[in-house]
Amino acid sequence: MSVRIAQLSKKFGSQKAVNEISFEAKKGKILGFLGPNGAGKSTTMKMATGYLFPTSGDVWVDDVSVTQAPLAVKQNVGYLPEHNPMYLDMYVREFLLFIGKAYRLSTIDRKQRVEELIAICGLKVEQHKKLHMLSKGYRQRVGLAKALMGDPSVLILDEPTSGLDPNQLIEVRKVIKDISQEKTVILSTHIMQEVEALCEDVVIINRGEIVADKPISELKKQTGTRRVRVTFERPVMEDSFDSLREVQTEKISDTEWVFSSGEDQLRNQVLTLITTQQLPLSTIQDVGGSLEEIFYDLTQSKEVKS
Amino acid sequence: MMTIFTKEFNDFLNSLIGYVAISVFLTGVGLIMWLFPDTNVLDYGYATLEPVFTVGPYLLLFLVAAITMKSFAEEKRSGTLELLYTLPFHTLDILLGKYLAALSLVMVALVPTLLYYVSIYQLGNPTGNLDASGILGSYLGVLLLSSVFIAIGMFCSALTENQIVSFVLSAFLSFLIYQGFEAIATIDVWGSWSYYLEQLGIMFHYENISRGVLDAKDFAYFIGTSFLFLLMTLLTLESKR
Repeated sequence: MSVRIAQLSKKFGSQKAVNEISFEAKKGKILGFLGPNGAGKSTTMKMATGYLFPTSGDVWVDDVSVTQAPLAVKQNVGYLPEHNPMYLDMYVREFLLFIGKAYRLSTIDRKQRVEELIAICGLKVEQHKKLHMLSKGYRQRVGLAKALMGDPSVLILDEPTSGLDPNQLIEVRKVIKDISQEKTVILSTHIMQEVEALCEDVVIINRGEIVADKPISELKKQTGTRRVRVTFERPVMEDSFDSLREVQTEKISDTEWVFSSGEDQLRNQVLTLITTQQLPLSTIQDVGGSLEEIFYDLTQSKEVKS
Repeated sequence: MMTIFTKEFNDFLNSLIGYVAISVFLTGVGLIMWLFPDTNVLDYGYATLEPVFTVGPYLLLFLVAAITMKSFAEEKRSGTLELLYTLPFHTLDILLGKYLAALSLVMVALVPTLLYYVSIYQLGNPTGNLDASGILGSYLGVLLLSSVFIAIGMFCSALTENQIVSFVLSAFLSFLIYQGFEAIATIDVWGSWSYYLEQLGIMFHYENISRGVLDAKDFAYFIGTSFLFLLMTLLTLESKR
């Protein structure tokens, strides 16, 4: 099972929300789908799940086209939308049974599947409540259970962890990781640690166009800048760092400095200097080369150009 | 389609709006039938259900506007339309499921008025002296009328995210189509066209069926109009995707 997005475009009036993007998500992997707000992530996902009709292009789920055979695709794709809409007047079980019915499960299968999902998604405690009484984290789990109902081979999750507390975050990530083994997962998020924790491949999109489509490891190599942030206990003289060659020094305050260079050994370089000069080091932290930085570079520089 | 139908029908039974609309409708019909001096059958002296079928449509218009106002407006506002669209449903499943659920609810609202039939049957002199086939025709007329009103209501609901706007719009549009054409036709500028103009309205056809005259043309009118509005609802919904 794979998801192939081919020259997909969506126009709202004269505004191009998504402009001829193409990429592929492979089975057994989690694809991180990143981009700033308004970049077209959700729009792309809504087209892939058959909610919005593409202006042009198509999405293929295991060689079945979403524009030609939307029902077959929907049967095979689990979707957790960004705001996770649900009928808040329904009880947890009632809602899940309704979803099961939508996936055409027989009465017996439906009941069994709902029990399974309540267990998988950790809904046992809250199973007798109405949806509007659930906290955001539990609603998100119900949303996840809903997405898994039809035992889909493809999961499309639009910011599944937004608004969760740190504990829920870890649990939901664990659920996603567990179920991703034999499924194709496309996951959009703003949180870079999450991408690093879960995904192998990333697609970064900005203003409706793809700016990167690579495994994370390669992406990190591509942007070679390393950055080290150092704080001192006392103010340090500016000329202390003159001996660092090919390193840019940036003074944030009297006690805080950021060094950047293309050298892999930047951190060691800086540390050596600090020890030889016996500077009052407080903390030292690698900030460069992180996904956040790469994300910033790819999406921000583009904006300046246009 | 049955999945949506069951869900929608249960929604009606679980929500206040369904009960409020039905009780107001039944209270209204009851008052008109038995109490209000101008219309009540007791003073009228004839064993007939006519008041129900002449004034009933105006109440029905509000009943239907109230039960259909949330059908799409609320789904759009709360985002659950996205949920429905991304489940393996055809848009037509969603549309027809909702339509049939509303129609069934109207039937539920009409069932208690059968008691009036029984009462009038007993009150007739001699007992049982009333136009049974005429009344049957009238019930059929009311059902066909409801079908058109529901289609109009769903269309208005598909146009907006606001239930109140949907309610006002659909009540007005239903009224216009029910009586508006008839009223416009009486303006003395149309000449012989006024006859055709009148035929565009519901009243013309409804009165035929109410008299117990079952003409294929009238059926075609009701079914065609319902179909037209359902089609417009479908197009409105699809155009926004």
